[in-house]
Amino acid sequence: MIPESEQDLARIVASASGPFRIQGGGTRPVGNPCHGQPLVMAGLSGVREYEPGALTIVVGAGTPMAEVNSLLREHGQFLPFEPMDCCRLLGTDGTSTVGGVVATNSSGPRRVLVGACRDFVIGMKFVDGEGKTIKAGGRVMKNVTGYDVSKLLVGSYGTLGVITEVCFKVLPLPGETAALLVNGLSDRQAVRAMTAALNSPFEVAGAAHLPSGIDGHPVTMIRIEGSGVSVDYRVKLLKRLLSSFGDVIVERDSERTQAGWKYVRDVEKFGTDSGGDVWRISTPSGDAVELVERARECGPVEVVYDCGGAVLWIKSGSSLNLRSRLEPLRGHATLVRASDEAKRRFGVFHPQAARVEQLSNALRRQFDPRQLFNRGIAQHGNGVAGRE
Amino acid sequence: MELPSPDTHVIDRKQRIVQLLRMVVPHEAIVDNERQTLAYECDALTARRCPPLAVALPSTTEEVSKLLEICHRERVPVVPRGAGTSLSGGALPTSDSVVICTARLNEILEIDCDSRFVRVQSGITNVSVTQAVENDGFFYAPDPSSQLACTIAGNVAMNSGGAHCLKYGVTTNNLLGVRMVLMDGEIVDIGGESLDAPGLDLLGLVCGSEGQLGIVTEAVLRILPKPEGARPTLIGFDSAEVAGKCVADIIGAGVLPVAIEFMDKTCNRVSEEFSGAGYPDVEALLIVEVEGSPEEIEYQQGLITQVAWRHNPVEVRESASEEESLKIWAGRKAAFGAMGSVGDYICLDGTIPVSKLSVALRGIEELSKTYKLKVANVFHAGDGNLHPMIIFDTNNAAEMKRSEELGAEILKLCVRNGGCLSGEHGVGIEKRELMTTQFTEDDLEMQMRIKDVFDERWLLNSAKVFPLELSQARRMQ
Repeated sequence: MIPESEQDLARIVASASGPFRIQGGGTRPVGNPCHGQPLVMAGLSGVREYEPGALTIVVGAGTPMAEVNSLLREHGQFLPFEPMDCCRLLGTDGTSTVGGVVATNSSGPRRVLVGACRDFVIGMKFVDGEGKTIKAGGRVMKNVTGYDVSKLLVGSYGTLGVITEVCFKVLPLPGETAALLVNGLSDRQAVRAMTAALNSPFEVAGAAHLPSGIDGHPVTMIRIEGSGVSVDYRVKLLKRLLSSFGDVIVERDSERTQAGWKYVRDVEKFGTDSGGDVWRISTPSGDAVELVERARECGPVEVVYDCGGAVLWIKSGSSLNLRSRLEPLRGHATLVRASDEAKRRFGVFHPQAARVEQLSNALRRQFDPRQLFNRGIAQHGNGVAGRE
Repeated sequence: MELPSPDTHVIDRKQRIVQLLRMVVPHEAIVDNERQTLAYECDALTARRCPPLAVALPSTTEEVSKLLEICHRERVPVVPRGAGTSLSGGALPTSDSVVICTARLNEILEIDCDSRFVRVQSGITNVSVTQAVENDGFFYAPDPSSQLACTIAGNVAMNSGGAHCLKYGVTTNNLLGVRMVLMDGEIVDIGGESLDAPGLDLLGLVCGSEGQLGIVTEAVLRILPKPEGARPTLIGFDSAEVAGKCVADIIGAGVLPVAIEFMDKTCNRVSEEFSGAGYPDVEALLIVEVEGSPEEIEYQQGLITQVAWRHNPVEVRESASEEESLKIWAGRKAAFGAMGSVGDYICLDGTIPVSKLSVALRGIEELSKTYKLKVANVFHAGDGNLHPMIIFDTNNAAEMKRSEELGAEILKLCVRNGGCLSGEHGVGIEKRELMTTQFTEDDLEMQMRIKDVFDERWLLNSAKVFPLELSQARRMQ
């Protein structure tokens, strides 16, 4: 089905009986495998409203991210949460859309400073499981009127409703970017260096460590953004701060820094050509090194540290339940890339406490009583049913 | 702004209920004599008062759990309360309710500078979080103006903001996890110490749910490294409209100040008289604060004044020292107190898109004339969060009624201009009946279904947020 408008979509849903698989750009086959009639969102595309002076933009869920990004760039603004392009990691092609990014709360390296996708969604519209169009939030930056229902939809993997329109808060594009690079650090040293940078007042907008970088050697990257004056000053002081860890190389070329952060954001290191399962771990950065050590005990793994160690991408051999090997884990592990069989066996998502799971399922029943949308996609691990 | 009629079946059983509550907490932790419960009859929305049946002052999460379990079993309505600084009546009791106050949950449980979070009990004050970490070079960003008194529990319930949220966001953007007690007494952990949690974002839902989904007893908060410095610039204009345009242009120019505060002539004069801050006598005053090192501040101030000069300001005053900064902020910080010297006032918090500032200000002025009541404006202009203060005399019943009507009209004006009823204070009882101007019945039904999931008997703070008529069937079950 390809609804042409929100009303059209609402009609389709109201009269439907079978399950739907909501489809944006098709670049992000994440979550548990799910089946259903494709509900193609391409018809709900386009910028509905954009006020640069108010730092807000309203766009249809089917709008390609590239379209939104280029319009914002023309006005010197951007969506700061840096959603990843999954094509390389998951072996897909096409262009990702607003709806897919929002439904998966996709957020990249800059989240360590500015927050995640969910922090930039200030309102939305969606069609619920009964075919009603619901408005959540609004289009102003500060809004505590009623429950923050948008937050529930962001990262819901489409299980609560079909997002039709999203209002984002945007920010001014930084004038300049610099990357500070330190080569050859051990994981432990690297996390210490990233922590030192993140705990400085210099508003670090990215902190990543690749134990094996593009050239196969360890590299630790710190990103600074802002006006030229600010970047000059901060680079000078950070360079001094980081020099106790090793020689610091400063990269000011915007294309090269962009390529470096894209490599981290899209986890290009683990491109499909390299095989293996890919896990994403979210944890307090202070626990990162110990978790990686535990993962390494299970066999050969490769790691990318993002967000100072608060996000870990780990590639392991197939058919290894890395999640169970990492327990006790403060945080959670998501199986981002694996065979359908492995996804079923280990569960894509981390198991939740029974009552939290029960509350979530009850919410899903309130929003989508007939379980029409993306049935089973968000089911949690260890045999705990996401939807009965 | 009426309260629903109380459940007499509950009131009749007061003795028995108090007795049950005293079985799970120390005797003195339950306050039931009428002289003492009077202290809890209202919050900062002082125009509405109603003493509760009893007040409980638990010291642990387990005590909160046991208290709620009893109230759930006995079908006793519960009103959670932090420090009672809500401006929307969020902590206003009903006469058949037990107030559960988080004030005694006041410990800092863990400080982790390496992972940049703190774990606190929810009854501690907002400012004490920053105090606990500032020696290590950190701060907790949300800073509501009641921060000396207000609690983290209340901040989470209302998703509180503050003057600096243009840059740092509000509570929801700085909250990593909560421990919360559900109405049936079960304790749940939502979120945690990591940047995100698996599954639905229940944390984002709980934050700002006005104490209707559970009672938060612990919170994990993100802490940030303290900026090197901050400096305000004061800009005076002879037209509020031009000041509004200047705000949009500053933001459009690519500078992101930590705060842009706006004061109109009425507010400016009163604050000046009260504080002696040395403000120029102008139609509209902006205070724009930027952060960073001295050279970064100088650069940003340069950009801001460049934009400002394009709008023919009456005066531009850049702070060059700590002393000058304090002076520039003195009047703004005194504004709310100073307005109290003029009369009683209702402070609203409707929000509009920044581009509509001048339209909204003109609209408010016209309404103020129609209702023959003075309105002073002070607000967080950067994010369009208005704070119109309607001045009236509490002892004049007709005037008080008129002021509430004017307040409603101003909020409707905000919604008509693409904004919302509340940017900071929450709906509470104050804006409950206006919810239908912003949301359809379907929208509100969905929100009420969310409450059904967490509190199916509708016992928790149920007389708030939703229009009474819409929530009636659920409350009366």
